[in-house]
Amino acid sequence: MFSYYLDLALRSLRRNKALTALMVVAIALGIGASMTTLTVLHVLSGDPLPEKSSKLFYPQIDPQDMDGYKPQDDPPAQVTWLDGIALLHAKRGDHQALMTGGAVPVQPAQSSIEPFFEDARYTTADFFPMFDVPLLFGRPWTSADDDSHARVVLISRKLNDKLFQGHDSTGQTLRMEDAAFRIIGVLDGWRPSPHFYDLNSGNYSEDEGVFVPLTTARELKFGRSGSMDCWGKGSGGEDDLEAASCVWLQFWVELDSPAKAAAYKEYLLHYSQEQKTLGRFQRPPNVRLPDLMGWLDYNKVVPGDVRLQAWLAFGFLLVCLVNTVGLMLAKFLRRSSELGVRRALGASKRAVFAQLLVEAGTIGLAGGIGGLLLAFVGLWLVRMQPSDYASLARLDLPMLLATFLLAIGASLLAGLLPAWRACQVTPALQLKSN
Amino acid sequence: MDILPILSTLRRHKVTAFLVILEIALTCAIVCNAVFLISQRLERMQMFSGVAEHELIQIQAVSIGKQNDAAARAQEDLIRLRQIPGVTGAALVNQVPFTNSSWNTSVKLGPNQKQATLNATQYFGENLLQTFGTRLVAGRYFNADEYLDFEAVQRDQKLQAKVGVIVITQALGERLWPGQSALGKTIYLGETSVRVIGVVAGLIRPALFNGDASAQWSMAFPLRMNVSNANRYVLRAAPNDRDRVIAGAVAALRKADPHRVIIEKKTLDEIRSGFFQNDRAMAGLLVGVCIALLVVTALGIVGLGSFWVAQRRRQIGVRRALGATRRNILNYFQTENFLLATIGIALGMVLAYGINLFLMLHYELPRLPAVYFPIGAIVLWLIGQVAVLGPAMRAAAVPPVVATRSV
Repeated sequence: MFSYYLDLALRSLRRNKALTALMVVAIALGIGASMTTLTVLHVLSGDPLPEKSSKLFYPQIDPQDMDGYKPQDDPPAQVTWLDGIALLHAKRGDHQALMTGGAVPVQPAQSSIEPFFEDARYTTADFFPMFDVPLLFGRPWTSADDDSHARVVLISRKLNDKLFQGHDSTGQTLRMEDAAFRIIGVLDGWRPSPHFYDLNSGNYSEDEGVFVPLTTARELKFGRSGSMDCWGKGSGGEDDLEAASCVWLQFWVELDSPAKAAAYKEYLLHYSQEQKTLGRFQRPPNVRLPDLMGWLDYNKVVPGDVRLQAWLAFGFLLVCLVNTVGLMLAKFLRRSSELGVRRALGASKRAVFAQLLVEAGTIGLAGGIGGLLLAFVGLWLVRMQPSDYASLARLDLPMLLATFLLAIGASLLAGLLPAWRACQVTPALQLKSN
Repeated sequence: MDILPILSTLRRHKVTAFLVILEIALTCAIVCNAVFLISQRLERMQMFSGVAEHELIQIQAVSIGKQNDAAARAQEDLIRLRQIPGVTGAALVNQVPFTNSSWNTSVKLGPNQKQATLNATQYFGENLLQTFGTRLVAGRYFNADEYLDFEAVQRDQKLQAKVGVIVITQALGERLWPGQSALGKTIYLGETSVRVIGVVAGLIRPALFNGDASAQWSMAFPLRMNVSNANRYVLRAAPNDRDRVIAGAVAALRKADPHRVIIEKKTLDEIRSGFFQNDRAMAGLLVGVCIALLVVTALGIVGLGSFWVAQRRRQIGVRRALGATRRNILNYFQTENFLLATIGIALGMVLAYGINLFLMLHYELPRLPAVYFPIGAIVLWLIGQVAVLGPAMRAAAVPPVVATRSV
């Protein structure tokens, strides 16, 4: 029966090519626009570490003085050196790491490559196991390396390709800011998106090329970047940041169970209380412990423009659908006499309805294929854009399926009303007239 | 033209007529808001910077390793840069407009004030204002003997008190002391206080993280930077000389210190264009969507119009046979479309207002100006008329003899 309906649908669609094309193009445009923006939204609001994100937490405490204090204020988005080190050494979590971003001049051994600046991450040993960073060669450094300010470095696969043509470079020396570092590992391609662990350096920016122990980077006064907030006498001078009343570091902790997370929050509260008793903190304890996705939500990482574009695309799809409903309705009603004959010959309302829905579905399928092609074009256009998230805009399998479901669902929905209206024809009236 | 017969026909095609109205309404609502968004973006891209944009160049040069004699090296660099033919000014500064990297501080109006009044940006660098080409509207720029070394001030808290004077923008002055002259007024920054000695017409912040309303809240301090705490060299030259000056400046900086990395060398026009690239992309996208929407709506009207004409061939034939002219038939379809468009537009206006309210709530947009309503209406009326013209002409061409034939 289905193949018969399909045949009927194709015949009917062929009879009126311009109109069929119009309906297909309208659906394709609507679907193409919606899928392009939805894909960008999907990519940008994705979970950077799906296996682990629920176990990763970003502790926030409030070490500021009473200047400008408002009870409802959120604690700062970063931590001071003193608090960061204290939380790190307390080792209350399953893993924990303190970090900040920066840029260092890399001085390649080859004279053919001029010195260049590379984005760097200064962090502590747990960074790699905590974030499941994949390594191509070598191993991460240990907390002993942190304590001894070891001159060791991990580099990205991209940098390894650039400097060592992709060979195993572990054991080689890398000169940075006039200091020699031993390469102990090479990251495999790793670009969590959003760049969740430090949202100061662009939410979707590319990842760092070199990873150096935080203690070593501070000892050598490596260039720091990111945001810094100071209060009281905090001057923000780069040399004495360890003692300054400024927040400039990110601290992440892994807590493997909700019970541990609750206990950790309790610990943060105790810590704040203790610091207040010691006179270092002045404000009442104000702690937060958002998990990874909570932290991204709090920071509204998805650009407002992207959401706006998605709304716009849905508005566009809606217009295209209304357009298609109107055209289908006109088309089906014009065939009232034909449908009247079918009804008179014994086809049930249900059968006529099914036949018309098959026709609507066929248009939807064609529109879906067209929409998919347009979405590919649209995403290619997005990738041409200068935004830092541009290169991420690619269609993955779930979105591919979603496109087809959306297209067919949308056109079936668009076909429902016309088909229903068309089956309401009274066979006798249609046979009698004309 | 008789409207009643048209209405009675439309009443028989309620659903179809409703769909046309709905489509026009949605298109009208979306296009009105989209055009408004486009105008907002274009307006933002015209943002006033207060500096001589077409004459400025930024070169970011970073030396590797620990710097000795950083202050002397900075002076040497600047002397070399000023010697390049065509260069009319050079400065080593901490930040540059439109580069998205800024130094900011909270500003208070009294020594014991607990809550800061606002957050403003801090420009440091010898001859910064003269090189940027800001326009002085009151007071004066800094004297040579007022400059202090930034490095020394950072190291010695007591020196901070000696900074003493600043130059601010007109907008910041108006925000801090509405209706009064800012000259001679004192503001409090952390532990120190400074007196306003000059006011410039404008100087935009490098990063607009606090929203566009605070774009002009800038202060310039008499602080001298050196190669270990600043890496942004700003040069001023005639617009046509800039490419040549960039090449010369890079060579001069390399010659002064071969052991340095040039991170960026751009004209301020390029930097500005990069700063607004997202606005430009968004405006382009919105234009594309508007055109697509109008085309789809027009084609929808053509399609439906054609169907109606085909459906009413006999009716048209009868009317023609009873004496209606071709023009009557043409007018009939044009009026019908005008009626549908008018209802659609009226509905669309309400919807446009609703969408605007939603956008105001979520995207901090201003209210949709009333002028968009008549413009939107005219555009949709025109599109409707153009779209229906083809089907209406076909209807007018139906010969009266059709009335006598049975199908």
